Amino acid sequence: MADPVLQIENLSKSFDALKATDDVSLDLRPGEIHALIGPNGAGKTTLMHQISGALKPDAGSIRFLGKDILPLGIAARARLGLGRTFQISSLIPEFSALRNVMLAVQARQGSSFRFLRNVMHDRTLVAGAEEALQRVGLLARASVSAAELSHGERRQLEIAIAIALGARAFLLDEPMAGMGPEGSRALTGFLDGLRSEAPILLVEHDMDAVFALADRVSVLVYGRIIASGSVAEIRADPAVREAYLGDEG
Amino acid sequence: MTRERSLTFVLLAVLLALPFAAQALGHPFYTTLATRMAILALAAVGLNIALGLGGLVSFGHAAFFGIGGYAAGIVATHAMNAEPLLGLEIPASMPVVWLFAALAAGIVAAVTGSISLRTSGVYFIMITLAFAQMIFYFAISWKAYGGEDGLSIAMRNGFPGLNTAVPRDLFLVAFGLLLAGLLAFWRIRVSRFGAALQAARQNELRVAAVGIEPFPIRLVAFVLSAVITAVAGAMFAELNRFASPSMLAWPMSGELIVLIILGGTGRLAGPVAGAMLYVMLEYWLGGFTERWQLFLGLMLLAVVLFARGGVVGLVAGKPGNG
Repeated sequence: MADPVLQIENLSKSFDALKATDDVSLDLRPGEIHALIGPNGAGKTTLMHQISGALKPDAGSIRFLGKDILPLGIAARARLGLGRTFQISSLIPEFSALRNVMLAVQARQGSSFRFLRNVMHDRTLVAGAEEALQRVGLLARASVSAAELSHGERRQLEIAIAIALGARAFLLDEPMAGMGPEGSRALTGFLDGLRSEAPILLVEHDMDAVFALADRVSVLVYGRIIASGSVAEIRADPAVREAYLGDEG
Repeated sequence: MTRERSLTFVLLAVLLALPFAAQALGHPFYTTLATRMAILALAAVGLNIALGLGGLVSFGHAAFFGIGGYAAGIVATHAMNAEPLLGLEIPASMPVVWLFAALAAGIVAAVTGSISLRTSGVYFIMITLAFAQMIFYFAISWKAYGGEDGLSIAMRNGFPGLNTAVPRDLFLVAFGLLLAGLLAFWRIRVSRFGAALQAARQNELRVAAVGIEPFPIRLVAFVLSAVITAVAGAMFAELNRFASPSMLAWPMSGELIVLIILGGTGRLAGPVAGAMLYVMLEYWLGGFTERWQLFLGLMLLAVVLFARGGVVGLVAGKPGNG
């Protein structure tokens, strides 16, 4: 089996008495979608924060492409190729969709210490950004400011940014949240193809999407992974059914 | 051409015409007012990089303005007394002064910025104020360079090909510097660096999440901003023939912020519009009453409540998002 791209071992994080992440181990292998599901407050976003560098774990290790990334900050981890989207869209509101993506292309190309050339005349920046927008189906809205995009379009823009920064692994935090059924279906199809480019750690509440996409599913409850396996195994797991899926599974 | 750029050209044309009109109409004093406008505008162009583009509300830019002023005063004094400065025979030349001003302010900004940029919001405002006040107290206790009395410039430093003792020539130097400052601001704003700086103002987390560290971007912006304001300070001392400790004091920092807010934060023409308005008010209202700043206060209130974009925002509308 190929080496995992992302490997998390025995990760723990507490906020006072609350164990938000309790001895979590999981990995992400090349070409797969690994879905992380769990009820609200299970600690999914807290885990994503620790992987992306926004939060420091109390114990455990995170290796990305064979490298210990715990000493690195958010920006350094992004430069290594961790492409993260946020549960609540986090964009540059006054910039157009195009310029939001151009910032990621600029970061990928290296230096931001260039002072004279107009970015809008820089073909490599503009073309790279347009390509990413095209892929997520947002090219027609390229000149609209992020603040004026619809909720669903902002979710798409976040993914375009993650693609444009040259992600070697995607961390997608509820990309379907707030999208209509049609948007969810379209995005499901898109993510299905995206996994061949880089593996995806997918936090998602939309079970139709999870069951359609995931190669593996891990279930997080109260900061602990209670089950991990294929979609069929997770659907059949009695502990998961009790803790999370209820009767609908 | 965008309306913003047209407005910039119109304002600069008016400013450039002012000394010539003044001469023709027999009011040579207006040349000094126009020079004052150009210099304050340049100082505010500098601050506008940090404050307007980067959202870094520095309440300590008086320090850089004053450092520039003292650079002019010190070079002029040494040249006058034929004393070497740092072991060198320094010519009484403005470009040399600007070099000293830029170096000194750049170093101070790099040191104070690398500490103060670790904070944000009201803490950043307070820590930049604190550093500026430290420099103010240092200057007034430095007896060799005038202490509390400041430093007189008996004869202005020269500029090749011009006679800086002539008001119109001095104006042309200041105006040329303002053009250079505006050009620098304009290029920075549309560049990669400017994109990262403006993005970091709006959403620091997003900038980090694409792989750009906000801190070094802001530090370089802070240093560039300080350098431009310091060159303006040097010209201010030349104009007044006096490097005053009040250039370093906190009301000066506030004045520069007021100029930018009046004119339009982050806008190319903002500092120019703000400085022209400010000097006009100072002169005309100051002729009626010593308490002219009361009217300035009312105006600032009106801008903050009803016209957030300042004068430029009123005339040219919102900035484009590219």
